Amino acid sequence: MIEFFGEVSAWLSDPANWSGRDGLPNRLWEHVSVAGVSLMIAGIIALPTGVALGHRGQGGILAVSAVNIGRAVPSFGIVGIAFPITLSLGLRPLGYAATLVALVALALPPMFVNAYTGVRQTDAALVEAARGMGMTERQVLTAVELPLALPVLMAGIRTAAVEVVATATLGAVVGFGGLGRFIIDGFAQRRFEEVFVGGAAVALLAIATETTLGWVQRHSDRSHTARKDRATGPPAGDDVVETVPVG
Amino acid sequence: MNIDWEWIGTHFDDMWTATAEHLALTVLAVGVGLVVAMALSLVALRWRPAYAPITWFTGILYTIPSLALFTFFIPFFGLSLITAEIALVSYTLLILIRNIVAGIEGVPDAVVESARGMGMTERNLFLGVQLPLALPVIIAGIRIATVSTIGLVTVTALIGQGGYGVFILRGIRRQFFTETLTGTLLSVALAVVADLLLVAAERRATPWARRREAV
Repeated sequence: MIEFFGEVSAWLSDPANWSGRDGLPNRLWEHVSVAGVSLMIAGIIALPTGVALGHRGQGGILAVSAVNIGRAVPSFGIVGIAFPITLSLGLRPLGYAATLVALVALALPPMFVNAYTGVRQTDAALVEAARGMGMTERQVLTAVELPLALPVLMAGIRTAAVEVVATATLGAVVGFGGLGRFIIDGFAQRRFEEVFVGGAAVALLAIATETTLGWVQRHSDRSHTARKDRATGPPAGDDVVETVPVG
Repeated sequence: MNIDWEWIGTHFDDMWTATAEHLALTVLAVGVGLVVAMALSLVALRWRPAYAPITWFTGILYTIPSLALFTFFIPFFGLSLITAEIALVSYTLLILIRNIVAGIEGVPDAVVESARGMGMTERNLFLGVQLPLALPVIIAGIRIATVSTIGLVTVTALIGQGGYGVFILRGIRRQFFTETLTGTLLSVALAVVADLLLVAAERRATPWARRREAV
């Protein structure tokens, strides 16, 4: 065991692992950038759709099925299916494109569901009051529903981001770079110290994503009670926000 | 991207074997997860300050991507069933603990008080009153844990375990779409069937809820 961690530290202190295409910084950048681009694409598609349907109160069935399907379809399978689709579309570079397609597909359900639910759950009395004050539908949406839906919407983005960062690792199986490269190549060549470094880097990135976006999410809640909670610290266990209904 | 029906027709045996392997990996993970989660929930229910650190820690486990979590146990257990199961069990804990604690705490105080008033011991109160009444919420947690575990088991193919992930992985390596699609769809089908079976189990285990529905 001590020997193994000796190998890990030897790997980490080898300058060759810190530069060039196969270096840790480049692999990290590949990982973060494919995750970021896929989140942006998914957000542009899912957020306006979810908000619009939530405002009109249509598409509840779509939201429920998105939750269930999103949970039942294995992300590894999505990566596997995205690969031949990308191949037949002739998108290049293949590994990157296949990973991107898979990650977008994966990020759509949580973003859509939370945008929909967030707007849908807005207190009906507040919406009525806003209409009674003579607000236009657009004003009701932008000045009442959206600000109140923001924390739920942000929770959806956070869930999607963590899933995307996790699954980008599997992109290495379809020829993409990213941090998963260390794990997959390490397996193939039985260099387990490299596998371990890759795993640790992915884990830290996922935890950092979760923590950062969790912080953003809490601070996106601008209601009076939330502000008071922040001043005294959030109630215990409240940082784990349920993004999908339990049961 | 054509589907090779002949391959599907000639590989039913493989599919059964993979189903048995996939199911075994899932049942073991959820079963062990349930035991561990129950123990940790009992600690949290007895001593409330423990709840926050327990959910914090299991929350971190839940955040770590499966492939990364596998790699942490490889130095200790190699590419083995134990490595796969430790990671799979870890993922079930957060959901199960949250639902067990919420379920037990959701039992009305009046019910607990009257059970105590009838002279029930704490043990009988828990096993005879609190646990049965919390069952719907607990089973809701088991459903989520089971469905997500079935999806995660596909990844264990990368560390040499069986199940549907083998089809997905082989399909990618040989660029054979039919096999990848088969693995994915079988995993979805197993998740749906398992979910329906758990719903049926819940209805059987809580006959009072059904009677109320009928009225």
